[in-house]
This record gives sequence, structure tokens and C-alpha cells, in this order.
Amino acid sequence: MKIFVPCDMAALSVGADAVARAIGDQLGSRRIEATIVRNGSRGLFWLEPLIEVETAQGRVAYGPVSAEAVPGLFDAGFLEGRPHTLCLGLTEEIPYLKRQERLTFARCGIIDPLSLSDYVGRDGYKGLQRALTMTPEQIVEEVTNSGLRGRGGAGFPTGIKWKTVLNAPADQKYIVCNADEGDSGTFADRMIMEGDPFVLIEGMTIAGFAVGATSGYVYLRSEYPHAFKTFKRAIQIAYEKGYLGGNVAGSGKRFDLEVRLGAGAYICGEETSLLESLEGKRGQIRPKPPLPAIEGLFGKPTVVNNVISLATVPIVMDKGAAYYRDFGMGRSRGTLTIQLAGNIKYGGLVEKAFGLTLREAIFDFGGGTASCRPFRAVQVGGPLGAYFPESLLDTPLDYEAFAAQRGLVGHGGIVVFDETVDLAKQARFAMEFCAIESCGKCTPCRVGSTRGVEVLDRIIQNQDRSKNLEILDDLCELLLDGSLCALGGLTPYPVLSAVKHFPEDFGRPAAKLPPARLAHQNNDPQLVSIGTR
Amino acid sequence: MNAWDNERAVTLIQGLQDLPGALLPVLHAIQEEFGYIDKAAVPLIASALNISKADVHGTISFYHDFRHEPPGRHVLKMCRAEACQSMGCDQLIDHVEGRLKARLGETTADGSFTLDAVYCLGNCALSPALMLDGKPYGRVSTQVADFLIDDAQRRRA
Repeated sequence: MKIFVPCDMAALSVGADAVARAIGDQLGSRRIEATIVRNGSRGLFWLEPLIEVETAQGRVAYGPVSAEAVPGLFDAGFLEGRPHTLCLGLTEEIPYLKRQERLTFARCGIIDPLSLSDYVGRDGYKGLQRALTMTPEQIVEEVTNSGLRGRGGAGFPTGIKWKTVLNAPADQKYIVCNADEGDSGTFADRMIMEGDPFVLIEGMTIAGFAVGATSGYVYLRSEYPHAFKTFKRAIQIAYEKGYLGGNVAGSGKRFDLEVRLGAGAYICGEETSLLESLEGKRGQIRPKPPLPAIEGLFGKPTVVNNVISLATVPIVMDKGAAYYRDFGMGRSRGTLTIQLAGNIKYGGLVEKAFGLTLREAIFDFGGGTASCRPFRAVQVGGPLGAYFPESLLDTPLDYEAFAAQRGLVGHGGIVVFDETVDLAKQARFAMEFCAIESCGKCTPCRVGSTRGVEVLDRIIQNQDRSKNLEILDDLCELLLDGSLCALGGLTPYPVLSAVKHFPEDFGRPAAKLPPARLAHQNNDPQLVSIGTR
Repeated sequence: MNAWDNERAVTLIQGLQDLPGALLPVLHAIQEEFGYIDKAAVPLIASALNISKADVHGTISFYHDFRHEPPGRHVLKMCRAEACQSMGCDQLIDHVEGRLKARLGETTADGSFTLDAVYCLGNCALSPALMLDGKPYGRVSTQVADFLIDDAQRRRA
């Protein structure tokens, strides 16, 4: 008999360890033989700690479970999946989960993250097996055809990046995984690394074989100590079982992997800054070109991909490019791992084909605000993403549709705010955050962000408001045009969107917005032609 | 946490200095051992890695994680990023700062707590979030924060 109690950091943060101990105590005192499996999270965080038991009908879920509720669960017969006020029925039938399309997260929350046999038993390493029958060119072709784009935020086609590295001649190449998941409202990378670490190892190994790289690094943010511990152990296990090292899965090919910790700098999520940091330097931006694909880590051709991009490669290789490409809309193919966060009733992970609207994500899945006050604003894509009002909620989650509204899908984080939010304060925070995290390379970002805070302070205090709003506009234009990377270049997004969509918070009359008329299909010529800057 | 010890630091540096890009792993190892990076570490690291003292100092000061002095007995990291803001982390931080009479980035006068600002712990569906001595907590109310602080102080006594 198996009882599943998540060891995901979010589950731990609401007492999962205490629940596991209480279950252990009850098993002991009632003399019941059962195994407690510490799985990852299913991503239904409002129900954490969500525990499951294996029954003949399937896994039955209970949640949110406190340690105090555990004896009562035993009394009610939860080990046989019997009813209890906390019983949620069959896990797979919970609508929030059932309505998802879990490809990258197919195993997360189901298996023991550190059990290689669990992993292999659920299609693990099938992608690598297929890749081993193919030439590097064929692997790159397959990934290109799948339409997979960088899930870190920029949305660059993964296959094209790989092709550049494949064609770059060098004695050494590298695969670098960007696990510096710094955007507020995001936790997908963390969940995968804690809940299904082997899928990332497999994805990186395939990437290595595809481009001819024998060495890989995962750059993980230091704010994720639990992910670090799990992933480090997973690497060890993969070495022990012959899935890393000089003879990967008996192929005679080498792939080595190491995980390195960042040190609390948001900028290190930018790929060139990350490479500097990996080399042991200040995480300062490098100008591009040269692209990292040509001159990356230690000056060698390097693939830098986000965790979710790399963790998606195994299923692409296993099921084929066409299978993956059939999900999604327009030029956004496959699934997006949406993370519902902030002031939201049902916060968690929703993996769904591109094209779901913001409204569907926030209300159909998320259930509206946690505070039950009216919705007012949403920030999508992290601290550099735009603030959208209610009138833009019919925007589909799609790279191009968001770009057309001067927003970004980014890494898929959605942070909801209720009516108590003050957008002038949020705009000020965006500038403050840029000032705190700027690497200092570009003057508009380094100095401009501090000036931005000052200008916003004057606007908030109603000093020469019109004049200062003009200065803010000017400053944002300078940041947009005069920064090498996305930190300085995109900080204007949250600032300007706040001013545009919520003028009343800046002492301006409320905007009389025309009724939202947004294309649902990306082939709408109007949407495509606007494009990004 | 151990008191600063040159010899121990040299051993730690020697164990890692041959890694490619060894500086961050070295700095992490030193901070893990001593709780901070003493000034005395700078020349030791510089000579072991064959880089300038300015490079070492510049790297230490670039990253928010690295401390220049020992932290308090307990380290409380409070998230002040957007998801936590939407659930009232500003009020929570005000409350904790008022109670401990220290601001984010400071250590209390009695050396019991260091308060740190962090920008996202990846627990954004259970905001506001914090981390006390490496343990995560979600949906933290002022009452929960008070309980955690009381509990940490009791453990010390």
C-alpha cells in the first residue's frame, strides 16, 4: 500500500512534513504496513498538502490535510479511499487537472522524483532511446519541426538555436540550463526539478547529443535550496545507473552534468549574464553578438535553454514533432505551463495548449481572486510584464497576441491583483526592482531606474504631475532603446501599461476604453502586422 | 556556524579551486561554513584562483547573497515581489520590522534575527511567503509570523 505526501517546497511550506510524520505515527500505532512516498506536487497548491492513496480504482486525493486531521482520516478509512470531508475523489478526475494537457508535466506529482525505475516505468528515457537511433541533424530537425520555442520568456525557436550550435565547429561545446527562475509568479522550473528531475537530465542529454556537447551545467537560483538538493541527488543517481558519464545508456557517448548555484541576482536569468556568473564573475551582461550559440560558456558554442524547454524535449523526441506541434495556436505550438499566482483562489500549475484566454485562466481555472474582492489587474510574464486591465482579459495566451498588446507571455506566470491594488505603487516598484537588480552595464538602466523611482514619487505626491508623466514617458523610451538586455529594455512595460490602462491611479481621468475587440485567432492580419517593436 | 578560521578557509578553497569557473562555488562554500565572507578571504581566494583581489571583491559585492558580516542566529527571508505584494506582504513586512525593530537587510540589536528581502521564493500560489532558517512557509499571516518568531526565540533560550 502506498500513501503519497508531496515533498515539493510549496507543500512543505504549508506543513507537508508534519503530515508525513503524523501518517507515519498512525501507521506505527495502528500496526499497518504501508509505504509513504514523497512525490512532487500535482500543482493544485490551494489543496496542499494534498495526499493520495492508491486504490483499485486509481489514486484518491485528500486535501488540504493538516497533521491534526490525520487520525480522523485513518478512522474514516482513507487508506481504502473512503469518504471524508477532505476527500477529493479520484485525483485524475479533479476538474482542474482533468481539463489540462500535461505533456511536460506528465509525471510531475505522480512519481517518486528520485526513483529512476518510476521514471523509466512512465515513458522516461524513451525520447533518448529514439534520439540514439538518429543523427544529430535529425534530432535538431525533429525539435525544429515540433515548433518548440524558448519557454524562459523570449520564445526563440529551440531547434534553430540548436542548429547554430551544431554547425559551429569547436573542440568543446556546452549545454547550459537556465534555472534562474526569478520572475515573481513562476514556479514551473522549481516544480519540475523537485518533482521530475530526470526529465530535465534526459532533455539536456538529448541536447548534448544533438549539438555535439559533452558537458552540461544547470544554473539554479539559490532561493531554491530544495530543488538544488533533489536535483543534485538525481544527477548522482543518473551517474550511478549509467545515464550520465562516459557511456550514456550503453551508447558509448559521453555526457556530464553539474548543477551550480546562483547567488541572488535576478539579472543572472539573462543568458549572457548567467554565463558570466557560471564562469565565476560578476553577472554582467555581454553585448550580442557574438551569440552564446557561437561564443558562449568559456568562449565555446553553447546552447542556453530554460528548464521547461529542455524538459519538453524528451516528449517531443518520444512522441514525435507532429504530436507536439498539434497543440497550440498560430506560431505558439505545444503547451504553455501557466502558473496562477498572487491574489487568486485556486493558484497552481496549469499546463494547457497555447490559446487559452487570460480570462479562462484566471476565472475558469483560478476561480477569481483569493480575497473575493473584484479583480482589477493582472501582471503576466514576471516583473517585466505588462499590467493588463479587465478589458484585455480576452487576450489569448500566445506569444504574438501578447506582443500585439505590448505585453509578454514570458515564462507563463500570471499574478492577479484585486481592487485594492495601486498601480502607481506597482509602477514605482517596477522601477525600484530594476534599480536593485540592474547589473550596471547600461547607463539608462543603472541610472534611469533610480530616476524613474524619483519621478514616480513626484507623480504620486502630485508634484507637477503632467510634466512628470511626460518625463516618465521620455525615460521609458530611453530605457527601451538604450539597454542591452531585457531588464532595462522591458521595465517600461509594467510602468507604461500601468499609466495607460489605469490612469486614475496617476491622478488622471479614468480611460474610456472602447469595448475590447480582440482577435482569438493569431491569423487575424491586424494582430500579426502590429508585432513586437 | 563556525568562527572565521584562515586555515579552514584555505582548505575549502583548495578543495574547489580546480573547478571551471570556481569563484562562485568557493564563495558559497565559505559562506556556508562561516555564515559570511570575511575580508581575509579575499586575498586567499585571489591568489588561489590567480585573479585580482578587485575581481574577488567585485564579485562578492555584486551578488545579494554574499554577506560581509556574520548574520544573526536566525535568518528570516521575506519575499517582497509582486505575487506576495498582491496578498499583502508589505503589511506583513511592516509588522515584522516593527516587532523586531530592524529593517530588511539589517540584524536585530541582540543578534537574534537577520531580516533579508528576497524577490521570489517560487511559492507564489501560496503568498505571502517567507523562509526561516531555510524552511519555507506559505500563506503567512501576521499571527503566523509572530508564532514563528516566538518559536525561534524559544528554541534559542
